[in-house]
Amino acid sequence: MSWYTFVGALEQGFIFGLMSLGVYLTFRVLDFPDLSVDGSLPLGAAVCAAIITGGGDPYLSAGAAFLAGVLAGAFTGIISTKLRILNLLAGILTMIALYSINIRIMGAPNLSLLNQPTVFDRFQGLGIQGFAVPMAVVLVILIVLKICLDLFLQTRFGLAVRATGDNPAMVKAQGVNTDNTIIVGVSLSNGLVALSGALLAQAQGSADVGMGVGTIIAGLAAVIIGEAFVGGRSVFVATIGVILGSVVYRLVVAAALSFRFGPLSLAPSDLNLITALLVIVALTFPRVREKLKSRAFR
Amino acid sequence: MRTVLAILLCLLLCPLSGSITPASERTIHIGISQIVEHPALDATRKGFIEDLQDSGYKNINFNYKNAQNNRAVSGQIARTFVGDKVNLIFAISTPSSQDVAALTKEIPILFCAVTDPVAAGLVKSLEAPGGNVSGTTDRSPVAQQLDLIGKVLPAAKRLGTIYNAGETNSVSSVREIKAEAAKRGMSVVEATAASSSAVKMAVESLVGKVDFIHIPTDNTVVLAFESVVKVCRDNKIPLFAADVDSVSRGAIAALAVDYYRMGRQTGAMARRVLEGKAKISEMPVEFQKELLLYLNPRQAELMGVKLPDTLLKEAAKIIQ
Repeated sequence: MSWYTFVGALEQGFIFGLMSLGVYLTFRVLDFPDLSVDGSLPLGAAVCAAIITGGGDPYLSAGAAFLAGVLAGAFTGIISTKLRILNLLAGILTMIALYSINIRIMGAPNLSLLNQPTVFDRFQGLGIQGFAVPMAVVLVILIVLKICLDLFLQTRFGLAVRATGDNPAMVKAQGVNTDNTIIVGVSLSNGLVALSGALLAQAQGSADVGMGVGTIIAGLAAVIIGEAFVGGRSVFVATIGVILGSVVYRLVVAAALSFRFGPLSLAPSDLNLITALLVIVALTFPRVREKLKSRAFR
Repeated sequence: MRTVLAILLCLLLCPLSGSITPASERTIHIGISQIVEHPALDATRKGFIEDLQDSGYKNINFNYKNAQNNRAVSGQIARTFVGDKVNLIFAISTPSSQDVAALTKEIPILFCAVTDPVAAGLVKSLEAPGGNVSGTTDRSPVAQQLDLIGKVLPAAKRLGTIYNAGETNSVSSVREIKAEAAKRGMSVVEATAASSSAVKMAVESLVGKVDFIHIPTDNTVVLAFESVVKVCRDNKIPLFAADVDSVSRGAIAALAVDYYRMGRQTGAMARRVLEGKAKISEMPVEFQKELLLYLNPRQAELMGVKLPDTLLKEAAKIIQ
């Protein structure tokens, strides 16, 4: 793996790290498996691309993408809590609805951002290698938002959100409206995912309605790999784990892509298999660790 | 235990780090990035590789990567090639081409199977690309296709078409179909399918509203082509395609670009670049020179049509 490819894997790991923080918030904190992310990632890209190609500011477009994601998440949260649609299904409904909406927003299934201004332009030539700029910029955004998320989860409301995932009955007994905690949690989550989509479109030079395929898998993989590394301790540590997981996931994909070892070489079609195996290993790893630990104490 | 995971990871990563160093200076490295496995896209790749091999290139190393329809992976593939400083990148499909074009302004990029390279932001114009990107477009010869249909069904006025509104190539094809149909006084009824499993419903929605169905080169619909054939046969609706492979699968006729030959044509462009005979910024985007006509008379009969003898004589291939 070349240095360039390595930096690229970091860049993608950080961009998808934002998305993975969103998935962590729903999947782990709220215990709400939210599949709308496969639609809200391209939603963010679509909003961002439509604004930039329309002559808008790239920073503004990223902010608008975040808000669009919040709206999409709110929709999932509302139809799930108020209309009592099963959470898994609510996410799927939002996801398929967004497919049509995303094409509407862009006016086409694919919008090119090649030769358009991006949020990365301003930081070119500030002492970092040109191709590493997006990676560095995304890392800063990621750290800031990670800290914001950590702080949010420490607030009174944030604690109620966390408690909703752990024990909704207890939270209700305390007089907290779990519908609200779920709606806000899912909204924030999708805002992060859409922002990640906006940055991805700017880094990759285009927005495509098909770019959301596999988002939830990558997000879950990041969360689970992260837990395998750091374990599920405090929120502060867990969110570091999520980011780490996202980076490791991208490094493994990059490694799989450059894997060539004589007759052992992988076929291009093996990639999905490797991804699935990686997630399974990460899923079973904590359990194996527990077993080994309990044996050591005997 | 974390160390075990770390070691496992290292084992995964280590053998890879050294594996892509160029063997000798004379070896030409070509990266091939393809968005998804698909017969037409696979054919362009085969044509491209075989053109270079047949032309006597010995020390050539083709590094083929497929993104399995995952855009993030496609971006990582682009990274791998640019990082390895390959001599040339062959990008098959619009998203694959955009992903490599976003990363390098130096490495020559040749695309294939891109319907609208200007709208995709790959070239400034078809005649003068202006950057490090050129290639061949698979824009369907829609006018000729409708002329062909006119020879088979002179009285037909209502054209039905099915496509995935998420495929950028299909959207531009359908736009052209509408324009050409309007010139011929035809009306167009559209149906869309977001996945191959939705194709059957889409065909059924056209029954009774159209005189014939013309399918553009749409990946989603072509994947489920059999379901289109079945509904068309049951309702005696003549079915035409924009790719020749669909004729053996049940279309009456197709006048189409040949993806294998288009790959070879792009291979010829690659040779001109590698030999320094042409600058990529000045190489016009190429169209397919010869079109292929495939006919399926038995299928025509099943759909209630007889193919004219004059056409049968022109056909490059008649499926029995």
